[in-house]
Amino acid sequence: MQGSAGKDYLTIIVFGAALIWLLPMVENTYTLTILIIYGMLGLSLGLIWGFGGILCFGQGAFFGLGAYTYAIAAINFGESTVPMLLAVIIPAIFAAILGAMMFYGRLTEVYLGVITLVVTLILFKFINSTAGPQYVIGDARLGGYNGIPGFQTLNVPGDPGAYLWGDSYYYVCAVALLLVYLLVTWLLRSSFGRIALGIRENETRISLMGYDVAARKTVLFAIGAAIAGLAGALFASWGEIVTPTLFSMAQSAEIIIWCIVGGLGTRFGPILGAAGLAYMKFLLGQQSLVDNTLITGLILVLFVLFLPKGIVPALARFYRAVLGNGSPGKRKNTHRIRRATNG
Amino acid sequence: MAETVLETSSLTMRFGGVTACDNVDFKLQARELRCLIGPNGAGKSTFFKCVTGLLSPTEGNVYMRGDEVTGWQPHQIASLGVGIKTQTPNVMDSLTVSENIWLAARRFHSVIDSNAKVAEVIDRLALGSIAKTDLGQLAHGERQRVELGLVTVGDPWLVLLDEPAAGMSAKDVERMTVIIEELLTRSAVIIVEHDMQFIRSIARDVTVFHQGAVLMEDHVDAVMSDQTVRNVYLGKKA
Ligand SMILES: Nc1ncnc2c1ncn2[C@@H]1O[C@H](COP(=O)(O)OP(=O)(O)O)[C@@H](O)[C@H]1O
Ligand SMILES: [Mg+2]
Repeated sequence: MQGSAGKDYLTIIVFGAALIWLLPMVENTYTLTILIIYGMLGLSLGLIWGFGGILCFGQGAFFGLGAYTYAIAAINFGESTVPMLLAVIIPAIFAAILGAMMFYGRLTEVYLGVITLVVTLILFKFINSTAGPQYVIGDARLGGYNGIPGFQTLNVPGDPGAYLWGDSYYYVCAVALLLVYLLVTWLLRSSFGRIALGIRENETRISLMGYDVAARKTVLFAIGAAIAGLAGALFASWGEIVTPTLFSMAQSAEIIIWCIVGGLGTRFGPILGAAGLAYMKFLLGQQSLVDNTLITGLILVLFVLFLPKGIVPALARFYRAVLGNGSPGKRKNTHRIRRATNG
Repeated sequence: MAETVLETSSLTMRFGGVTACDNVDFKLQARELRCLIGPNGAGKSTFFKCVTGLLSPTEGNVYMRGDEVTGWQPHQIASLGVGIKTQTPNVMDSLTVSENIWLAARRFHSVIDSNAKVAEVIDRLALGSIAKTDLGQLAHGERQRVELGLVTVGDPWLVLLDEPAAGMSAKDVERMTVIIEELLTRSAVIIVEHDMQFIRSIARDVTVFHQGAVLMEDHVDAVMSDQTVRNVYLGKKA
C-alpha cells in the first residue's frame, strides 16, 4: 500500500494535467470553470458522506458562506488573497462549531440531516432579509435578495490590479481542484482517513478501540466545509455577484444528487456527477421544451433504480471485469478493499 | 495480593421499572480470570456495559486501577488500555481482516509499529489465509476470532469479553481457550458466558448473577455443586 502511494499521486497529476489541457478544446473555459467549481463542491460532500458517513443536507450553506465571506472581504480589503483564505477558514470554523454540537450531542443520522437542513434554511432566510442599509459589514452592504455585486475578483497575489479572468481563471480553478483532489487522496491514505472509514463502517467499534469519534467527525466535517467554502469563493469570483440562492435548499439537494449519481465512496464520482449534471442543466437551459428540474429528478430516480452505486463504481467494476485476471472470488475481495480505502 | 484493576461499588442500573443490575460490588485483581455466569436476562451484559461506558449507571461507582471512571465514555475507558468485545459482533464488515486489526493497533502505536503488530496478531491467531478478506465474508467463528484479535492488539491490561464463544464450533472454542490462557500472562480477563461447558474448561473463579444481583462468588467447582445455583439454572445444561 505504501509503495503505490507515489504512483497514485503521479497518476492523478498526469490525468489531471491531461484533462486540464484537453477540455478547453471541447467547451469554452467560462463554462468549464463553473463545472470545475461544482466538481469541487461535489467532492466536499463526497468526502464527508462517502468516506465518513456524514450525510449533510446543508453542504450548500458552506458554499454560500464561502462565497459571501469572499465577497464581503474583497470589498473591504480591495484585493483577493486574504478574502480567499477567509472564505476557507470561516466556513470551516462554522462547521466545527455546528459539528461539535451535533456529534458530541450524539445525534442520530436523521436529526443530523434535520439540523443541517434547518441551519441552511435559517441562513437563507436571514441573508434574504438583509436588504436594509443597516446590514453592513465594513464597507460591504449585504443587500438581501439582491445579493452583493461589484467586489474585487481574483487577482495575482500582491498585485490587486492584475486580475485573473477568462482562460487564466479556468487554469487557476482547475489547478485548485487538482490540489484539493491530491489533498483528499493524501487524507484518505493517512491514519485519519482510514479511521474515518472505520467510523463510517462501525462507530461503536471505533469508539471501543479508544478513538474519540465525535472529535474526528467534527474535524472531517470542518474539512468538508473548508473545501465547500473554497468552491464558494471561486464561484463568487467567477460570477462577480453573490445572491441568497446559494443557500437555497435546491442547491444543497443538488449536491446530494451529484454524489449519488457519480458514486459515493469514490473521490472522482462526486466530481463527475457534479460536472455532468451541471453541464446537462446548462445544455437543457438553452431550450424550453423540457423542464430541467424534471430531468434531474428523472435521472436521480433512474440511477437509484438501476445504478444505485453510481457511475464511477460501475465503470470500475466493468473495467476490472474486462481487464482482470485471477480467480473471481479473489478479485471481488481486492476490488472491495480498493473501493473502500482508495476509491 | 496483586493490585485491584477493576472495582465496582453498589453498581445499579434501572431501565424504567426493571433493575437490570442491582447493587453489584465487584473486584478483580491484575491478571485474574473471572467468569460472569447466570441465566439469560440475569444482567450480565448490563453490568458489562456499565463498566465499559456503553451505559451510564443509575447509581454506584466504577474504579479502574484506583481511579474513578463512572460515567466515562467508551473511548475514554478503552484509552486506558481496556479491550472490549460486546455480545453482538462489532466489526467493520466491508474492511479486511488486517485493516480491522490495524485500526485497533493504530490507537496505541505508530504506523510502523501498527503494521508489525498486525502481522504478529495475524500470526498468533492463525488468520494468515484470510488476512486480505473482508470481514463480511467470513464465517461466524472466524469473525469472533478476528474481533478477539482487534480487542487484544493494543496490549490491554484488562480484557472484557461478552459471550466470546457463542455460536462457535467445538474446535473454535478450543482455540479460543488457548488464546485466553495466553492473554492471562499479561492481562486480567472477564468473560461473560452462560454456556457452562465452556466455563468448566477455562474457569477458576466465577461470579454468578441472578436477577441483576450477585448470587455467589467462588471457585467454579464450588459453584457447580451449589444447590441454589443449580436451581437458578434449572432446565439449563448445568
Ligand atoms: N436497553 C434496555 N432497556 C430496557 N431493558 C433492558 C435493556 N437492556 C437490558 N434490559 C433488561 O435488563 C435485563 C438484563 O439484561 P442483560 O443484561 O442483557 O442480561 P444477560 O446479559 O445476563 O442475558 C433483562 O431483563 C433485559 O430485558
Ligand atoms: Mg448478555
